[in-house]
Amino acid sequence: MFKYFGRNDCILIAVLILGAFAAACIYHISGKDGKLARVYVDGTLTGEYLLSEEARIDINGYGGGTNTLVIEDGAAFIEEADCPDKLCVHQGRISREGMELVCMPNRVVVRIAGKDENETDAYTW
Amino acid sequence: MRMKLMPTHGKEGPSRRVAFTALMTALAAAAGYLEMLFPIDIFGIPGVKPGLANIVSVIVLYLFGPAYAFMVMAVRVILIGFMFGNMYSVIYGLTGGVFSVTVMCLLKKTGLFKCTGVSAAGGAAHNIGQLLVARVTLGELNLVYYIPVLVVFGTLFGSIMGVLSGMVYDRISKGDNNDRIFEREA
Repeated sequence: MFKYFGRNDCILIAVLILGAFAAACIYHISGKDGKLARVYVDGTLTGEYLLSEEARIDINGYGGGTNTLVIEDGAAFIEEADCPDKLCVHQGRISREGMELVCMPNRVVVRIAGKDENETDAYTW
Repeated sequence: MRMKLMPTHGKEGPSRRVAFTALMTALAAAAGYLEMLFPIDIFGIPGVKPGLANIVSVIVLYLFGPAYAFMVMAVRVILIGFMFGNMYSVIYGLTGGVFSVTVMCLLKKTGLFKCTGVSAAGGAAHNIGQLLVARVTLGELNLVYYIPVLVVFGTLFGSIMGVLSGMVYDRISKGDNNDRIFEREA
């Protein structure tokens, strides 16, 4: 089996994986708790909800699909969706600034933002 | 009985190469379909999949070079996309495939890596390419959050597929003593 990978291949694989982990760590450490959940459908902002207030919102996605967004305990998650893969439901709860829930079939993105002003991209590094 | 599938350099005409490429394309399409039957759901992130069809890309790249690798990849994506998917799966697949094959061609050209390293980088590049399409189609998408996970899984699965393609390559090219392509080209 060692015929198929040499020293350089190990280095390449290690660099890729460690680099990704480092990026994830930096991103996680620099994350702050968010204040708002912004809902985008097909790229346009359709609603903003405070994380401090419990809520249950039905999002009408692109092409007639719906996702049920639930906000409680300062976190947001998709409780139910009519898309076939349910990936958005499995993405779990998000509360940190910049984190997202994505439903590809319905083109729905829920992003956590920090402030009430429109400066969401301030954290980008 | 072991069939000698591989053309010996210069001794045989292009018909064998054409037949073999067609065989490889069919195999890639079958691998792609198999993957659609058993989707893997880790962390709820779309795009994490083993990339079985990448085995074929790597083998064709090593056997016949970049042009054939691109062709086989494109035909596979379009076939699978129109048979079992939709326009979007074709766009996603093509972008991922072009990224992947391009990176694999370049890495192979450096001569520093064996098939595993080439395939690992190809897997990572494939996922990054698909993420870029997702950003374009979805508009708002925070890339920083997804890239690490997709790169890790692309690299892991890519490595496994790289070792597998090395094994397959060795078996189908058995008998050609001059074909030590998978060794480092020093």
